[in-house]
Amino acid sequence: MLAPDRLDYQVIASWVPQDARVLDLGCGDGELLAHLRETRGAVGYGVENDPERVLGCVRNGISVLQIDLEQGLYGFRDASFDVVVMSDALQALHRTEKVLREMLRVGAEAILSFPNFAYWKHRRAIMEGHMPVSDRLPYQWYDTPNVRFFTIVDFDALCEKLGLRVRERLVLDDQGRPVEEEPNFLGSFALYRLGRDS
Amino acid sequence: MTQQCVILTRQSEGKKPSPACPPVGFFHLTERILDQAATGIGNVTVLRAHFDQPLALRSGGVVPAYDLVYETYGSLNAAKSNAVLVCHALSGSHHVAGTYADDPNNLGWWNNLVGPGKPLDTDKFFVVGVNNLGGCHGSTGPKTINRQTGRPWGAEFPIVTVIDWVHSQARLTDLLGIDSWAAVMGGSLGGMQALRWSITYPQRVRHALVIAAAPRLTAQNIAFNDVARQAILTDPEFHDGHYYDFGVVPRRGLRLARMLGHITYLSDDSMAAKFGRELRGERLNFDYDVEFQIESYLRYQGDRFATYFDANTYLLMTKALDYFDPARECDGDLSATMARALAKFLVVSFTTDWRFSPARSREIVTALLDARKDVTYAEIASPHGHDSFLMEYAQYHAVMRAYFDNIRV
Repeated sequence: MLAPDRLDYQVIASWVPQDARVLDLGCGDGELLAHLRETRGAVGYGVENDPERVLGCVRNGISVLQIDLEQGLYGFRDASFDVVVMSDALQALHRTEKVLREMLRVGAEAILSFPNFAYWKHRRAIMEGHMPVSDRLPYQWYDTPNVRFFTIVDFDALCEKLGLRVRERLVLDDQGRPVEEEPNFLGSFALYRLGRDS
Repeated sequence: MTQQCVILTRQSEGKKPSPACPPVGFFHLTERILDQAATGIGNVTVLRAHFDQPLALRSGGVVPAYDLVYETYGSLNAAKSNAVLVCHALSGSHHVAGTYADDPNNLGWWNNLVGPGKPLDTDKFFVVGVNNLGGCHGSTGPKTINRQTGRPWGAEFPIVTVIDWVHSQARLTDLLGIDSWAAVMGGSLGGMQALRWSITYPQRVRHALVIAAAPRLTAQNIAFNDVARQAILTDPEFHDGHYYDFGVVPRRGLRLARMLGHITYLSDDSMAAKFGRELRGERLNFDYDVEFQIESYLRYQGDRFATYFDANTYLLMTKALDYFDPARECDGDLSATMARALAKFLVVSFTTDWRFSPARSREIVTALLDARKDVTYAEIASPHGHDSFLMEYAQYHAVMRAYFDNIRV
């Protein structure tokens, strides 16, 4: 059985064209890029600002660029990548709009995944008087790296505002199963494939 | 590329650089240095290669024949696939690692990085350090006797540029029987040579490690270099570069040049931490003698440098820096220039380096990305400015080690 993590990697891989040039923002130790290289023949670079994770990438033979995403992707040419991926990292960045715009400036497409703050178990935690802690939000309020808390509905609204077209979307529950009905209530994690309005 | 004419001699004819010759780091911890020596590469031998084919230079000048002094560490494997060239910066030398039997305190300038079990592991790699043409540590340079005149070359030594060094080193590569380097690496001006190697000899470089470098100098960089040169050129004892004939050296000029250079190697914060406004004496004297500790430090560094470094070499090295601009060949388009390279790249910068700031390394990185090259970029948090590349930060050395570990030989 694939862990839920692996399932979202599979979904991302299915959205990445064969032999694509991929930029993975917040790439950790390069696990997803290694997967995309293996399964899609992707030529990938990671962007990461955490020294330990940069080192992890170098150890894993992943091409990584140590760059602070909050400062944008200055120096990267427009449309120089087929796909810019950000897996489970958007919630940890302050400059959300800038990063989204940059992703679709540098990439022809963007693939994003994030935890859904409005998942019913998260709502229940709030009802019970606590900040939610779950597999997808595995931190206490005082030690979380996350700085933005948003829902699927919120994200849709932001895409609309920024003129980003949602080309595909998949929402998963906490068992990693696709959610069709009431995704903003029943889904704990969302994956988006975005393009520009044209 | 063929040249016969190679004479190899043992170190009696080579020249050992002065113990002080490396671009020494900010902190000199003698106990630590001796420690490293004990666990490091041990005693090494200076080698000398002679090339008697003329070398045409970019400036239009020609060096009719030349020597390069070099050192090697580790063993070249049977496939000759494990060779790493280490290029030196402005005031460096071929003495990269180890010590000399008759000079046990003379530790190589990158000894913390190169040796058995070190990030650039000499149990795996065969490492070569070479003194650049025009240098003053034994390779042919302004101090060398020009056989055509019987006098030291002095100011007549032609201007050499980074590409000339790379061509001269390529002949040494041939001599050593090495088709392609597993890696060419260097910091600062050394990093520029690694970059140039990857462009000019793409088939001969499998990895280029470009550390604390820049794709070209800024106006500010050139300005600092020119002030340094003016200090030397206007020294009354410079004698148009023929001071050897007068038995003097332009000590004051060289000292000023080094003091100025040294300021640019350090960061404001590291100077503040180390010296602050600390006085050497008890109170202010209201005169022009040394009062603040930073003055004492800089004057000491300048004085020491002036005792062993050649002023004409200093001029040549700074000009090589100024002229370095490989993108010129493609109308300023660095990515078009880098498109020729076949190597994989590791680019490293240091957060407080203001001489060649991280933004300059980012220019190299984005050019490589646009040229669709394999590149990894590490920006190391360090307080010590440009000199950081010589120091032993855990993150820096861990990245270097991991990168070298993944190089197949």
